[in-house]
Amino acid sequence: MHALVIDDSRAMRRIVGGILKGLGYTVTEAGHGREALDVLVATTAAGGAVPDLACVDWNMPVMDGLEFVTAVRAQPAWRSMTMMMVTTESEHAQVVRALAAGAHEYMIKPFTPDAFADKLSLLGLVPQGEPA
Amino acid sequence: MSTASTASTLSPSGFDFVRALVHRESAIVLAPGKEYLVEARLSPLARSRGLRDVQALVEAVRSSPDVESTQLIVEALTTNETSWFRDGDPFTGMVQVVLPSLLAARTPAEPLRIWSAACSSGQEPYTIAMLLKDALPGAGERVRISASDISREMVERTRGGRFSQMEVNRGLPAPLLVRHLTRAGNDWQVNPDLRRMVTAFECNLVGTLPRTGPFDVVFLRNVLIYFDIPTKRSILARVRALMRPDGWLFLGAAESTLGVDDAWERVPVGRSSAYRPTRPNRGA
Ligand SMILES: C[S@@+](CC[C@H](N)C(=O)[O-])C[C@H]1O[C@@H](n2cnc3c(N)ncnc32)[C@H](O)[C@@H]1O
Repeated sequence: MHALVIDDSRAMRRIVGGILKGLGYTVTEAGHGREALDVLVATTAAGGAVPDLACVDWNMPVMDGLEFVTAVRAQPAWRSMTMMMVTTESEHAQVVRALAAGAHEYMIKPFTPDAFADKLSLLGLVPQGEPA
Repeated sequence: MSTASTASTLSPSGFDFVRALVHRESAIVLAPGKEYLVEARLSPLARSRGLRDVQALVEAVRSSPDVESTQLIVEALTTNETSWFRDGDPFTGMVQVVLPSLLAARTPAEPLRIWSAACSSGQEPYTIAMLLKDALPGAGERVRISASDISREMVERTRGGRFSQMEVNRGLPAPLLVRHLTRAGNDWQVNPDLRRMVTAFECNLVGTLPRTGPFDVVFLRNVLIYFDIPTKRSILARVRALMRPDGWLFLGAAESTLGVDDAWERVPVGRSSAYRPTRPNRGA
């Protein structure tokens, strides 16, 4: 399986990417929403499949996570990609907003690797044959 | 974890004393070699009493045993690891298979009684509560969830229904988080309608079992693993006596009635399985 990790912090991309690789994912990184959209556009143009999963930070320069999620939702060809916000934003209203914009899941920072594995298995996104 | 920082102060006889106490009070088996666990888990208690180390705590309790210290020692040695929707499948199975079958077998006036028999901090009973609330109109009035644990602290946590950010990250789908919990300071709290469905109380599975049955469904998950076979057998038989004859039992993924208590039939429930009594137990 393939994941897109979108976060303006390189350290955070490392952490999230590392956990996902440990779960059997291949990982593509992007520093903000615009860069991630460019990846999706290029992939689609080349006839490739969009990633199975996008882990999306909320606060980023150029294009934030909420705008990214909204843009992806507007594009029927990208429907198959599951989007999980991974953010320090932790108010009830913000979780509601992200879900309404089209995010499927929401992970509040800080998190443990176990929490990632739990969320992905809920979403049915744990690669087969990988250690739990 | 704390092997380097916690030099063992516990003597072999001190360890045996704790093992025997914990086994007598809770049936939990502490295998030889678990000295480090006892040391790490009891250090905070020793410190809170101004005692030098765990050995000093053990000596104090050995020379003058008291109910409070005994309870706290047992509590410290329970493992309360849990999460929302733990293993997923048993909970989907409960809603998709068990619930329809119960509804077909009961009149609408009959309450549905569910027991979470080692509820830890409450994720299990509240997972059940939210699923039933969303699947069954009128669940708030009809479903009664008994939630119990040997640990007083865990029972209090269940009653409060408050969970940290870290805890809500563990397995609770975001749509259910926002539907059924509200922010409370830095934590999240289960909404009152779900809290009203759950009654939390202390119950030692090797002591007197609750009188809030008979139960339609029992969750006895990830607790039998701590006991020896005779204890497992006795608990399963006594739990069976508290169940409706057509009730359902869910065990943890690593647990089974097989070779322990043969009065159960294992039935597939969705992608998981449950156990149903094949003969009632009147002898409990
Ligand atoms: C690992 S947790 C399981 C929690 C939950 N059922 C789950 O599956 O996630 C085990 C729980 O069993 C409780 N426990 C241990 N011995 C017990 C006993 N003798 N009677 C009742 N509860 C006990 C512990 O306090 C702990 O909260």
